Amino acid sequence: MGMDFVMNHVWLRPLFMSVLVVTAVMTTCAWSIWFERKLSARMQNRLGPTIVGPAGLLQPLADALKMLRKEILIPRDADPWLFRLAPPLVLFCTVAALAVVPWSETIYIADLDVGILWVLALAGLMLLPIWIAGWASNNKYALFGGMRAVAQGISYEIPLLLSAMVPVILAGSLNLKDIVRFQHDHGWFVLWPPGIGLVAFVVFFVTSLAEANRIPFDVPEAESELIAGISVEYTAMNLGLFPMAEYVHTLISSAVAATLFLGGWDGPFFDATWYDGVVWMVLKTGVLFVFIYVLRWSLVRFRSDQLMYACWVWLLPLALGLVGAAAVWVKLTQGQG
Amino acid sequence: MLHSQMGYLQILIVIVAVTVMGIGILVVNRLLGPRRTNAVKSAAFECGSDPIGSARQRFSVKFYLIAIFFIVFDIESVFMYPWAALFRELVVEPGVGWVTVGEMFVFVGILGAGLAYVWRRGALDWD
Repeated sequence: MGMDFVMNHVWLRPLFMSVLVVTAVMTTCAWSIWFERKLSARMQNRLGPTIVGPAGLLQPLADALKMLRKEILIPRDADPWLFRLAPPLVLFCTVAALAVVPWSETIYIADLDVGILWVLALAGLMLLPIWIAGWASNNKYALFGGMRAVAQGISYEIPLLLSAMVPVILAGSLNLKDIVRFQHDHGWFVLWPPGIGLVAFVVFFVTSLAEANRIPFDVPEAESELIAGISVEYTAMNLGLFPMAEYVHTLISSAVAATLFLGGWDGPFFDATWYDGVVWMVLKTGVLFVFIYVLRWSLVRFRSDQLMYACWVWLLPLALGLVGAAAVWVKLTQGQG
Repeated sequence: MLHSQMGYLQILIVIVAVTVMGIGILVVNRLLGPRRTNAVKSAAFECGSDPIGSARQRFSVKFYLIAIFFIVFDIESVFMYPWAALFRELVVEPGVGWVTVGEMFVFVGILGAGLAYVWRRGALDWD
């Protein structure tokens, strides 16, 4: 009984794991906002939050409470039900992807045979609430933001799908845990096949950034030109759910990139204990996550048409080539027939 | 329950948990927040001026063109996934190794030619 009973139970285990993982990720995301503000402040010779709590550490809590106390406003001309639907759906499409991310051999919610497909499907579905928010607001800024976001999202989804196919071809599985185990046995995909793996990792990382709408790809929000894009008409926690989802999406993108290309929970001193694996996975995810924030505060936003052109003319043929190269590599190193 | 079905039950639990969380946050917000609306407050935001017309307007055809390209290439990628997942098994079978590689190269080649055509016709240029 006790812990063993829960860990072997058919639905108590996923329930326990969902609560554990979702709580951990949401908490991390809340304080990553604090971290990002401190980091950006240092990069710009400022102090960042200092008032609420020691070194401003309670700032995320204060922001959340403030948002919960604000009024939910539905604009007169908006489509009320679609307008209400978008924020929870945005949260759903990001957080649900956590279900298949393996944090270690034992810490995961679902061991799904088509794990990578679930992540990519949700990334594609994500565009639906963004467009709903953009259209339902009945606001021109929101409409522009939504239209650009969808155009960008669908374009970058194709190189994303293709670059994620490289580990699938190499490992011969759609299961994220199998892909990590394969890398444990044969080496991380960022290192081999020479060149192909590394380029695929870069393409995957860049397109994930675009899917998560992070700078330099934050076209749907574009504070300086579209005010706040799709979220311009939203107030209170309705508004809060958009950045919340964005942070979770960034974290999940980092985690999936680490799983697919950086060997997931695999690392030196790997002895298959749960804490060892988690340490490596959190470390790899963390490095990518922080790197995204350094990028965010270093780069400027691209123009929408530049992004589209770069995607269709450069990234897409490159990703197609990577898939072909990976297939030929597997054939040359494996095939007898 | 079969092991292969377990994953879907777990996914279902996550779906329920996340839906409850999303709606729960907004319900708490509704209970805690004030409800005092007026005409100015609920008007669409256009930098402080009165909104001019509706936002339900026609839009550049470029976006629709991109959507059509997307459908073609996205479905292509979806078709490639089963092939990718089985590739390692198929490639070691005697007699089908290079055929497996070649088939996909033909498939990708046709789509690549389509992309090249679209590009040469200038459909990817925005001006």
